[in-house]
This record gives sequence, C-alpha cells and structure tokens, in this order.
Amino acid sequence: MLRQFWEGGPRRDPNTIAYVVLLVAAIFFPILVNVITGGNSSAIMTIAADAGVYVLLAIGLNVVVGFAGLLDLGYAAFFAIGAYTYAFLASDHMRVTPLGEPIHISFWIVLLIAMFVAASFGVILGAPTLRLRGDYLAIVTLGFGEIVPRVFRNASTWTSGVNGISALDIPSLPLWLQGPWSGDAFAFVTNFKVISSIAYYVIMVILVIICVILVRNLHRSRLGRAWMAVREDEVAAAAMGVNTVAVKLLAFSIGAAFSGFAGTYYAGKLSLVSPENFGFTVSITILVMVVLGGMGNIPGVIMGALLIYYVIFVLLQQLPEYAVNFVSSIGLSGLVRSSGDYPGIAEFISRLKYIVFGLILVIVMLVRPQGLLPSRQREQELQKGVRDEPVIEDVTAETT
Amino acid sequence: MTVVTAPPILRVDHVTKRFGGLVAVDDVTFDVKKGEIFALIGPNGAGKTTLFNGITGIFPPTTGRVIFQDREITGAKPHQVATLGIARTFQNIRLFEYMSALDNVRLGQHCRMHAKLWDSLFKTPVERAEERRVSDRAIELLQFVGIERYTHTYARNLPYGSQRRLEIARALATNPALLLLDEPAAGFTPQEKVELMGLVHKIVDNGVTVFLIEHDMKVVMGVSRRIVVLDHGEKIAEGTPEQVRNDQRVIEAYLGKQH
Amino acid sequence: MGTIGEAVRRRRSGLRAGAAGRILDFALIAIIAVFLILLGTKVVAQGGSFFLQILTFAVANGGIYALIALGYTMVYGIIELINFAHGDVFAFGAFLSASLLPIFGLREGGTFTAGSVFALLAVFGLTMLACGILNISIERIAYRPLRHAPRLAPLITAVGVSFFLEGVLFLWKGPSNVHYANIIPNAGFELFGATIGAKDLLVIGVSIALVIGLALFVDRTRLGKAMRATAQDRDAALLMGIDIDRTIAATFFIGAILAGAGGTMYGLYYNTSVFDLGFSAGLVAFTAAVFGGIGNIYGAAIGGLVIGMIQSFWDGYFDSAWTQVVIFTILILVLIFRPTGLLGMRVPEK
Repeated sequence: MLRQFWEGGPRRDPNTIAYVVLLVAAIFFPILVNVITGGNSSAIMTIAADAGVYVLLAIGLNVVVGFAGLLDLGYAAFFAIGAYTYAFLASDHMRVTPLGEPIHISFWIVLLIAMFVAASFGVILGAPTLRLRGDYLAIVTLGFGEIVPRVFRNASTWTSGVNGISALDIPSLPLWLQGPWSGDAFAFVTNFKVISSIAYYVIMVILVIICVILVRNLHRSRLGRAWMAVREDEVAAAAMGVNTVAVKLLAFSIGAAFSGFAGTYYAGKLSLVSPENFGFTVSITILVMVVLGGMGNIPGVIMGALLIYYVIFVLLQQLPEYAVNFVSSIGLSGLVRSSGDYPGIAEFISRLKYIVFGLILVIVMLVRPQGLLPSRQREQELQKGVRDEPVIEDVTAETT
Repeated sequence: MTVVTAPPILRVDHVTKRFGGLVAVDDVTFDVKKGEIFALIGPNGAGKTTLFNGITGIFPPTTGRVIFQDREITGAKPHQVATLGIARTFQNIRLFEYMSALDNVRLGQHCRMHAKLWDSLFKTPVERAEERRVSDRAIELLQFVGIERYTHTYARNLPYGSQRRLEIARALATNPALLLLDEPAAGFTPQEKVELMGLVHKIVDNGVTVFLIEHDMKVVMGVSRRIVVLDHGEKIAEGTPEQVRNDQRVIEAYLGKQH
Repeated sequence: MGTIGEAVRRRRSGLRAGAAGRILDFALIAIIAVFLILLGTKVVAQGGSFFLQILTFAVANGGIYALIALGYTMVYGIIELINFAHGDVFAFGAFLSASLLPIFGLREGGTFTAGSVFALLAVFGLTMLACGILNISIERIAYRPLRHAPRLAPLITAVGVSFFLEGVLFLWKGPSNVHYANIIPNAGFELFGATIGAKDLLVIGVSIALVIGLALFVDRTRLGKAMRATAQDRDAALLMGIDIDRTIAATFFIGAILAGAGGTMYGLYYNTSVFDLGFSAGLVAFTAAVFGGIGNIYGAAIGGLVIGMIQSFWDGYFDSAWTQVVIFTILILVLIFRPTGLLGMRVPEK
C-alpha cells in the first residue's frame, strides 16, 4: 500500500492517510473517552458501537452503489433479514412458533449464516431485476425494502409481529483479554459474555477492519475492475468478455451479505428485533452516508457514516434542548411553546431530520457529487456531466 | 504468410438484419479465412457496423447464421462471443475513460482470468500471482501498440491516436483468434495511418486474424488480402483489392452512376 | 449509444419468447384466476350490496391513483427519469388544500351552498397551480442541471427532493394522521343496497374529466404535440425547433396539477392525510403507471384504475395488512415479466 502511494499516477492514494487517521482514532477513542468521563465511558461507547453498525452498512452499500453503480433503496431489507435470522437462531423464540423447539446457535456462526441468507435473498431479488434500468432497479429495491419489514410484521405466528422478538442470546467469546481499556488489570477471561459497551466497541472495530480489508481486496481485483468497467460502459465491458449480469449480481449479493452481517451484530447487541426498525428511513440514512462521504471510496463512506451518525443520533438529539435554552436566554421564550401547527422549538428541531437528509442528497449531487472524501477516479467521473453543454448525439454515427 | 486454402475462421451465412421496416443488412454471405487481413468497405450507411454488431452479439441477426471456428454463434451474447475468441474495437472509441490505460488493458483480460471470489476477497497467492501476470501482459500489450508511456494515464487524457491504439491493446488482451476493427484509422494523419498498417501486420504475424471496416482506400488496399463491399446492406463485390477496385458496381456505389 | 442501445432494448422487450414465455403466461393467468375465485367466494359470502359499495370505493380510489400515475408516466416518457418526488407533490396538494378550505369559508359542519361550489373550485384551482409551480421548481433546481450527468445523479437528487418534501410536511403537521375537513355533503342515493354519495361522484367525475382533458390536450394542442415529439425523439424535436426546456417544464407542470387535484380529492374523500402519504401513494401510483405501460397516458389511466381497485378490493375482502405487500409484489412481478406493461412503449431494460 505504501509502495503504491509513492508510485504515482491515478492510483496514488490519499486514502492511505485517511485509513491511518481512522485507525489511530479508533484505538485512542476509548482511552480518550475513559479519561474525559472518568471511567464512565459506557454511554458514549455504546453510541460508538452503534455507529459501527452504520459504518458496516455504509461499507456494504458502497459496494452496490459506489463500486457497481446500482442504486439500492431497500438496503434495510437485508439488514432486517440478518437481524431476524439471529432472532430465529439464537433465542427461545422458536418455542412460540409452530416449530416448537428453540434454537441456540453461537453468535459467531449466525454471523456467517446471516451473510449467506441475506446474500441468497440478494440473488433471488437481483437475478431477475438487475438487467432493468437504474431507475426501475431503484424502485424494485424500494418495493423490496417495503415488503420485507411488512412480512416480518404480518407473519406473527412466526415473528411475533409488531411486538418483535426479544431476549436474544447474548454473544459470548471463548476467550477475552481484559486491560486498561476496560478499566481492569491485564487478565484472560474465559467464556466471556459480551455485555459491556467497551467489548462491543472492540468487536465492532475488529469487524470493521476485517470488512474494510476484504472490500478493498475486492476493489483491487479482477471483480473490482469489472465493476468499474460496467459502471462506465456496459456495452464495452460486455464486448470485452465481462458477464455484466453476473458481475452486478455479485455486487448486489455481496452488499446484501454485509447488510445481513450488520443486522446480526445489531440484533446481538440490542438483544431485540422489531419490524419498525427497518424502514425506508434506515435505507435512506445509509444512502446519505455513502453519498455524502464519497461514493466508491471506502474511507470516505466510513467518515460519511460517522459524520451522519453523529449529526442524527447525537447532535439532533441534543439540539432541541440547546435550542430551548438558547431561545429562552435571548428572550424569545415564546418560541418554546407550541401554538396551532407550530410544535414548539424543541419538537420543531427534532423534526428536522428528513429535511436535512433531503437537502444533503440534493446539494451534494448538485455541488459536489463525488462526496466529501472522493476517490480520485470518481471525482473526475462525476464532475463530468454537471456543467456540460448538451450535445446532439451524432445521428449519423454508427450507421455504416 | 496467408494460405489461400486455409479454413474459414468466420462464416457469415445469409445474414439479414431488419430494424422494423429498415433492412440494414440484406442477405450477406462471405467467409473470413484464418490468418488473413479481411476488409469490409462500403459507403456510409451501408450496414457495416450493423454487421459487426450482429457478429459480436450486440443484437442477433434477424435471419442467417454466424459461424466462428466451426461453431455456430448466432445470437450469442457479447461476453460469450468475446470469451469464444472474437474481440472488437468501436467506431466511436468506447474506452473506460476514467480508468488508466493499464486498467483498461487489464480489464480486457477479464475473461482469461481464473480468480474466483474467494481468491479476490482474501488476496490468496493464486490471485496475487495472476494479478502480476495480468499486469505484466498488460504492459507488454501497451508496448506492442506503442503507448507504454501512457500506462498510468486516465484513458480520457490520451491523445486521440493513442486512444485508438489503446482500444486495440484492450481488445488484444482478450486473447482473440479474430480481431474486428471498426474504422481504426478514422481521424488519423497519413503518418499515423502508415503506423497503423504496420501494427495490423504485426498483429497478424502474431497469429490473430484481422477483419476491419475502413473508409480510407489506401489503408484498405494497402493491408488487406481480400475485401468485401457492402452497399445499402447488400454485398456487391468480393475479392482481392485489384478485383474490387475495378468492379463496376463498386465504382458506381462510391462515385455515382455516371462513372 | 444511438442505434446499439435502441436495438438492445428492442430485442429484450415484451414477454419472454418461446416455451418459457408460455409457462409464465400460464402461471400469470393461473394466479389471476385463483385470486378471482377467492375473491368471488368472498363476494358471494358478503353479499351484493357490500360488493357494490366496495366497487364504488374502488373506482374512486382508482381515479385518484390514475391522476397521480399520469404524472409519473408523462415525466418518465419525456426525460426517462422517475420523479420520486411526484407522490409528495400529491401529498402537498392534500396538505395545502386542507389549509385553503377555511380561507374560502369551507368548514366542517357548515352548510354546503351553491357558493361553496365556487369556493371549492377556487381551492382546487389554487392547489393545482401551487403544485404545478412546485414541480416546475423541482425540475429546474434538482433535475435540469443533472440532465447530462451520469444516470445515478438525478436519481439520487430525486430521492433527496422526495425526502425533503416529506420533511417539510413532517415539520408542518408532525408524524400523526392529520384530519381533513369533511365538507362534502352526505347527499347520495341508494343503488342495490349500496350508498353512492356526493363524494364518490365528485372523485369519479373529476378524475374522468381530467383524464379526458389531458388526452385531448396531448392530442390536439401544439404543446401536447411537442410533448409527444420530445418524448419520442428529443434530438429530432430539438432540430424541429421545439423548445425542449419549456416542453419538459410544461410536462412537469401538467403532471403536477393533476396530482394537486388528486391530493385535494384524496383529502375530501378520505378526510385524512399524513406526512408520508406521498411515499406510499407514490409507490402505488408508480406501480399503476408501470402496470399500464410506462410512457403511455391511457396506460397510466387504466393502470391507476386497476391497481386502485385491487387495493380497495383487497382491503375490503382480505387482510388489509397485506395490501401493500400485494401491490409491491405486483410491481416487482410486472417489471420482471412484462416491463412494457399493458400498453407501454418504453422498455425499462437497458
């Protein structure tokens, strides 16, 4: 990686710096938090571990949208599939279903199973639909994203419907190393139940690192080149021997696998699944992360995910309170109460989420479509059409 | 070099292509012999590129057959055609503009690579060895067509002549038995055309049959062993450059009836 | 791409040829037959007057969806882009008209006089106009700059605009259902045990009128012809001297005024709306547009009617929790097996 950095040409990677920064930040973050909160890091670390779920999702969606150029608006469906797979395979739930017997499979194995299940659904959905034009594929995935949570909600004999499934097995590790990061002395612990937020955080970081390595390997392989080519010019790619449908299907199902993987982690950590957590808003949140961060660029989407996560789940949660205080302090306390349609400043601010998302998507695509941290290649590609003059296609071309 | 009695590598057998009411290619039959340089000429709109598209699977012929190396490939999909050994360039240059020249040529080798998903995910020694081999071959091909100085340049930034050469290199990367060139000399200076003819000869010397569409008569007459002429979708002549040059129908097609 | 792209599209259009196609046709007919039989037994079980009631309901529902579907199909026909925000323009129409009603003196519980008719027309007119302007602005700001960008770009902005509009409505009225004043009088008449009210007649009548009006417009007027020409071959239209930008803007405008009318009627009929109405209604209407044949106006109208009726009948006779699933499954199946829809000209494949 360092050698390529110095080799120059279009493969020179400002990403290397980004990876290093992220890695260092990830390692020092819990220590920093521990110091700042004086050992009460739990709340913040939980949030960080949750953010990790979105980072995984963003990396996965990036493969579909960023690498292969397929707009998937129902990414949360595979997330749900992964989560419910864990709920079925690692809890007492199956007892209340017609099956009768509960299933308890280890978290780590379910991770793999969920990837496979989600990927299979990706293939089932993708095989007949990936040849559709981009708009239609987007709508189909949107429809799928609506169908899946609804099925989970309606099929209550198997899924307990709206109530969801709770009391999922807590993941456990056969071996765990305690240390200053969790506030204890160095020691090995056996049969460690992953409960503490720091443990989840560490697992999360490791999972993200593994995923980044795998996705990066793919990007720089035969398949990654095929994705780039198909995204650029499908006809030319096919003429050069690339089976475009197969290649797209691989991207789609790999993306689905990541989503399922993240779903299992999410279910394991939350110990609960409910059909309400997998709606269109989740799919859009991840899309915003990918678009804002930099489509097709792994460190970009990681940063996009962290940034959006922070804005939505931390900033926007605290903002209403700040707004109330601020507004009262400058003498406009009349804004605090609701009247008519106006819901009061606190509620008003907490309702801003959708508008923010919409604005981010539109503004980014209009002003900086390559995102905040683009890959060099995408930067050139996406800037292309935004200011170009319309050209009448040469109607006599290719008629000889 | 070329043996006239060599078996045909490509047979176009009564191929017709209709678009609604328009007959673009009308009952065309000819053979391309292995190891030769075969040219397809004709005035604008004669159906030449349409024929190429029909051969390479972009759309199937309405009727007729296409037989490659004794195997029927009528209606096969483009990527299948490429895997079977027919590569092509495009009249309007369809490079992957935002990929480097090296990546373009490495992509060309896609159908000759064996790396599986597993190998790509984990960068196994198998994959790494193959990537090295592919990169080496790509650089070889860039040298072969003479643009190795642009190895790491984005394809869109290459000068025009080099872009056409890159397309040829990319097509050669698929290891074809038959190379289809669609107007490879379009927009070239006379000097570049001479160089191109030399390149075509080099390609054939390396065992690849070349089938080209071209407008420039000097180029055509200069490189080709045999020529077929289309006009309004119909074949109107076939033969050596001398025979075609003096064929009355050909002269009329190009210059009008008075001549 | 020119002729190659077109040729590829043409090869793949329509139902699959040969034996596979026949099996699929058979399967499709079998599914429809099963559905109709199940429906039939329920209909018989619950009686004729219930059926007629549901039917009235269904036709009105279908009419509203037809109006929304027309907007989708017209825009797609002319710029080959799905205007994701279109459903939200419809919802905006519902919200806006709700606010306009009291301004024009139309309140729940008030008397509905001859004057009220004019007031109602004013509300319709203003809402439709506002929706038209909204849609033109969307086109101008979010789509036109990206007309030559890679396909993914305007797609993402479309989603962004949709989300933005939903955000606005969310900010305006919050997450819960919003009551819409019930101002249409309850007058109606009995027909074989079913009640057909003024509401039903209003919706059905206005829908029919607008659809016919649109058909005439597209067929007879200069602008209509320009729209058709641009949809068929933009470059030729440009060479003929047609102002492409204006034609596209007009298409957005007309699609939106229909949606605005639909939104107003939705509110008047169902007496409720919600901030994400555009999302769900939009998907259903889009299904209708695809079902009827994307790019085809008659297709959109028929599709709207059929899908709207499927929705109402399913709600009425089966478990309404599954209605959306059924509709979206239809969408996916249509796109997989018959992407041209019933009457379509455009092919959703590359």
